[in-house]
Amino acid sequence: MRRVVITGTGMVSPLGCGTEVSWQRLLASQNAARLVTEFEVEDLPAKVACRIPTGDGSDGTFNPDDWMEPKEQRKVDPFIIYGMAAADMALNDAGWHPETDEDQIATGVLIGSGIGGLEGIVEAGYTLRDKGPRRISPFFIPGRLINLVSGQVSIRHKLRGPNHAVVTACSTGAHAIGDAARLIMLGDADVMVAGGTESPICRISLAGFAACKALSTQHNDDPQKASRPYDRDRDGFVMGEGAGIVVLEELEHAKARGAKIYAEIVGYGLSGDAFHITAPSEDGDGAYRCMTSALKRAGISASDVDYINAHGTSTMADTIELGAVERLVGNAASKISMSSTKSAIGHLLGAAGAVEAIFSTLAIRDNIAPPTLNLDNPDVETAIDLVPHKARKREINVALSNSFGFGGTNASLVLRRYDA
Amino acid sequence: MSDIAERVKKIVIDHLGVDADKVVEGASFIDDLGADSLDTVELVMAFEEEFGVEIPDDAADSILTVGDAVKFIEKAQA
Repeated sequence: MRRVVITGTGMVSPLGCGTEVSWQRLLASQNAARLVTEFEVEDLPAKVACRIPTGDGSDGTFNPDDWMEPKEQRKVDPFIIYGMAAADMALNDAGWHPETDEDQIATGVLIGSGIGGLEGIVEAGYTLRDKGPRRISPFFIPGRLINLVSGQVSIRHKLRGPNHAVVTACSTGAHAIGDAARLIMLGDADVMVAGGTESPICRISLAGFAACKALSTQHNDDPQKASRPYDRDRDGFVMGEGAGIVVLEELEHAKARGAKIYAEIVGYGLSGDAFHITAPSEDGDGAYRCMTSALKRAGISASDVDYINAHGTSTMADTIELGAVERLVGNAASKISMSSTKSAIGHLLGAAGAVEAIFSTLAIRDNIAPPTLNLDNPDVETAIDLVPHKARKREINVALSNSFGFGGTNASLVLRRYDA
Repeated sequence: MSDIAERVKKIVIDHLGVDADKVVEGASFIDDLGADSLDTVELVMAFEEEFGVEIPDDAADSILTVGDAVKFIEKAQA
């Protein structure tokens, strides 16, 4: 099987616009959770979210005009703009701008989203009800469809290889990267632009996830305390928004053009819980099999894993994942660091797995485990280092990134330092 | 320029994101102002909304320039 490496990253996160600014702020234990003020939340049980800082583009702010013309922005929901921005960054970072037929055809796109343009669908629903079908814009459908991120990115950059999209709730980003890597391994493409994007923060989404009892509702008066994975006072996740995109490349292709190599994707595992629509199986079986499968594919034993970026949403499910990891690593538990970066940026749903895979990649690059914020009183005892409050410098050569989604859909990625 | 022409011009500028001096009577939405077929559908919807007129699909197909739109609306409102 051909080997696949990461040669570019791009990110728009609640900590900032750009991979490096987000990563440095994450390592500095900054917390993106805020009270939502952009729309009415008085009647919503969950009033906290992690929003992208917007501005003129300076100091890590996100200025949509830097990434898409205003007249084009009007036609799409924000998840497409975030995805376009992160894809531009990733391709620039990789220095990959294919111009020949051969290079364009060898480059594909696989970007997913968990729920796509929810807010735009709601607004069009009001238009249909109040003004009738003749007032539904021709851009209503192409501005909301999840695969239109892959479509728009391919059009802008002339990427004419496989064009695909993933929709697996909160596992979307990890599945997108794993599936894209497989396409390269099997020879369908030499380069793939892959990841996830999400813009879920609106009234209907906060209402819907709160109805599922998935969101934190007890920390509205102290938003920065709301996302607290593994802590005994956790009570649900905090919604985030953004996009994470990587450029994946066949190893020899990357070497031949002298590309910078962040890390190698050595393992990818998938599993289904077959248990419940929103809750994970209580014995952690799905998570365990998913991680096991990824490590088997990588040919790496569990004791060689240095860092795990947990799914860790700040819900009751945190301890189920922790139990599955303990079962996986056995006696090696004390040498592993595992953190949930959702404590700082919230849960980016379909973008989470991609953003977290990038954080895992940077953890390898910089030999540092990002922190789990707000972990004041761990709910259960464990020998695993959960990296409370502050980032930890330590050797990291192998990282595992977990993502689990509604419907019982699980994905794990294994990343390894690439030594030339 | 008539009031209708001014309002048509404003809609075209807003929707297509083009400079005002390009939006002349003979300017073709697609050939001169960078619109695609979906943009023209949306433009026609915006004219309908702004002027309270109905523009049937076969009439919409013949509105290719800024001047075509102004003429149609003037006639419909006469």
